[in-house]
Amino acid sequence: MIITVVEIQDNKIKKTSLEALSLASKISEIKGIKICAVCIGSDQLPVELGSYGADEVILPSAEALENDQITSLILQISKDKSASHIVLSLNSTGKNIASVLAAKLNAGLISGVIAVQAKGSDVTYTKNVFSGKATATYSIPNAVSVIAVSPNSIPVLSDKQKIATKLDTRFSIVPSKLKTLEKRIITGKTPLAEASIVVSAGRGLKDPSNWNIIEDLADLLGATTACSRPVSDIGWRPHHEHVGQTGLAIRPNVYIAIGISGAIQHLAGVNNSRKIIVINKDPEAPFFKAADYGICGDLFEIVPKLNEAIKKYKSNT
Amino acid sequence: MKILVCISKTPDTTSKIAFDSSNKKFVEDGVQFIMNPYDEWYALVRGLELKEQLGGQVDVIHVGDQNSESIIRKALAIGADAAIRIDHTPVDSFDTASQIAEIAKSRGYDLIFLGKETLDHNGSEVGGLVAGLLDWPYIAYASKLTQQNDTAIIESELEGGVRVIECKVPFVMSCAKGIAEQRIPNMMGIMNSKKKPLEVISPIASEAKIEIEKFELPSGKASVKMLSPDNIDELVDVFKNELKIL
Ligand SMILES: Cc1cc2nc3c(=O)[nH]c(=O)nc-3n(C[C@H](O)[C@H](O)[C@H](O)COP(=O)(O)OP(=O)(O)OC[C@H]3O[C@@H](n4cnc5c(N)ncnc54)[C@H](O)[C@@H]3O)c2cc1C
Ligand SMILES: Nc1ncnc2c1ncn2[C@@H]1O[C@H](COP(=O)(O)O)[C@@H](O)[C@H]1O
Repeated sequence: MIITVVEIQDNKIKKTSLEALSLASKISEIKGIKICAVCIGSDQLPVELGSYGADEVILPSAEALENDQITSLILQISKDKSASHIVLSLNSTGKNIASVLAAKLNAGLISGVIAVQAKGSDVTYTKNVFSGKATATYSIPNAVSVIAVSPNSIPVLSDKQKIATKLDTRFSIVPSKLKTLEKRIITGKTPLAEASIVVSAGRGLKDPSNWNIIEDLADLLGATTACSRPVSDIGWRPHHEHVGQTGLAIRPNVYIAIGISGAIQHLAGVNNSRKIIVINKDPEAPFFKAADYGICGDLFEIVPKLNEAIKKYKSNT
Repeated sequence: MKILVCISKTPDTTSKIAFDSSNKKFVEDGVQFIMNPYDEWYALVRGLELKEQLGGQVDVIHVGDQNSESIIRKALAIGADAAIRIDHTPVDSFDTASQIAEIAKSRGYDLIFLGKETLDHNGSEVGGLVAGLLDWPYIAYASKLTQQNDTAIIESELEGGVRVIECKVPFVMSCAKGIAEQRIPNMMGIMNSKKKPLEVISPIASEAKIEIEKFELPSGKASVKMLSPDNIDELVDVFKNELKIL
């Protein structure tokens, strides 16, 4: 049995959880084993879980749980079901619980998985290593596997013809050693780690007051904004926008880099984006070598023109 | 406060990444190894600040062979009091964590700090494994820590924001940007580091729970398609027809 952690927020299944479920489905097909989805954050059965691949659903509690309480629940359920695989997203919950679960289950752990493949009747798991400069593929000879899926790497498929059955088994919620005092949301936009389109800018912008053209472009495309490290270090942009080796590593569908040189440490955080578009006035900027599309020119002319052209296009359709 | 900081090594960012002919082993020849930046800049420095605030001791621990001693000495030069090296090349992160947990079990630490991940392995695995093995609470990707006696208030990563958590010692915490500022070792520190204790300990038995099948380098990008800055509609067309984001 595969146990998948499914988080529900504001009555919606988190996209990162659907990605985990989609990856679990592939394992389920290769190994011929069933999937039990454990829903955290709701006591309402999301009927559509079957179409994403869940065979069974457990809804242990509607309360907000601390991470250690989620860990304990997944452990109880894994033991109850003699689970061979635990699959979850390496989102903020996953970062706090995946490796703890692996320790408690004496399991083989791979975190940051971006793909699975069949190797005979076994499964191999691929992840990025060396800051995105290479990939590594592993197998898990161990009896139990814990797989934490890198956000934005797995296409979500809802083509399974399953009807998920709700189980009424009860599990106990243990007292927590952690106490969440507050959850402070900084941005109203899609969080950077989950964004499918990212508009990013660097020192080429010259001054923080010039960011309006970047914000406008992001709004027009429904994108989230990001920045290079020096820009967040000098306080032009908030820290949570910093991408790269020492900031956030992201893998959006489209990454638009404006006035960023493309230093190796910056590329380390963005080179897994599916398509990269670079706007830079220096034809020798290293970023062009990593790009799919490039425009060489002055961003202060190009970006406002682009914004106008998109507006025009949108008003005509 | 008695604090244990876990330090790992990682290839310098400009290192060439290459694998042997079996594609199962990273070629270390000519690679310059450095202390993993998250361990050095954040976990170690926050540990030292806590000691300055509350008194106590900061030990660093590393699982690795003798070649890592320069990294360990650097940690001592930055200010750690003592170092432990488990003389063992770890087979996977479970192995690393088991070695660290074994030491932590018997030495009365209040806190264990780690970096959020190692840059070569990109795992974020060791911290939670150590916590799980010790049955201590684990807080991943902390960006701020305020400690009063045995109670800590920690800010940690949440999609699009931060979660503020209260927790009592002992606990394990992995450190991300924001929690501290890098410290450069000074001459005094470097001199003193040579006199500080560096204990070398034999590993406990271990077996690999995961196995490498292969490493691969990414296939190079098809060369970049340059568009004209004077005909912006070309880019709008790409957005519309090729990227399908309009
Ligand atoms: C250990 C370490 C870790 C690091 N981690 C990170 C990290 O995580 N993320 C990160 O981003 N950096 C990181 N860096 C820093 C990195 O090496 C670069 O210094 C940084 O990415 C450069 O930022 P930038 O491209 O915004 O600025 P610059 O290098 O100054 O580049 C500005 C670019 O803007 C272009 N430009 C200027 N004016 C215009 C204009 N009018 N129109 C069009 N283009 C224009 C220029 O041609 C230039 O290419 C790290 C460095 C080290 C040593
Ligand atoms: N060999 C090691 N020795 C000591 N600490 C380590 C070792 N490997 C990893 N760590 C610690 O665990 C953290 C997370 O590493 P990882 O799980 O490999 O991403 C690192 O930032 C270090 O603090």
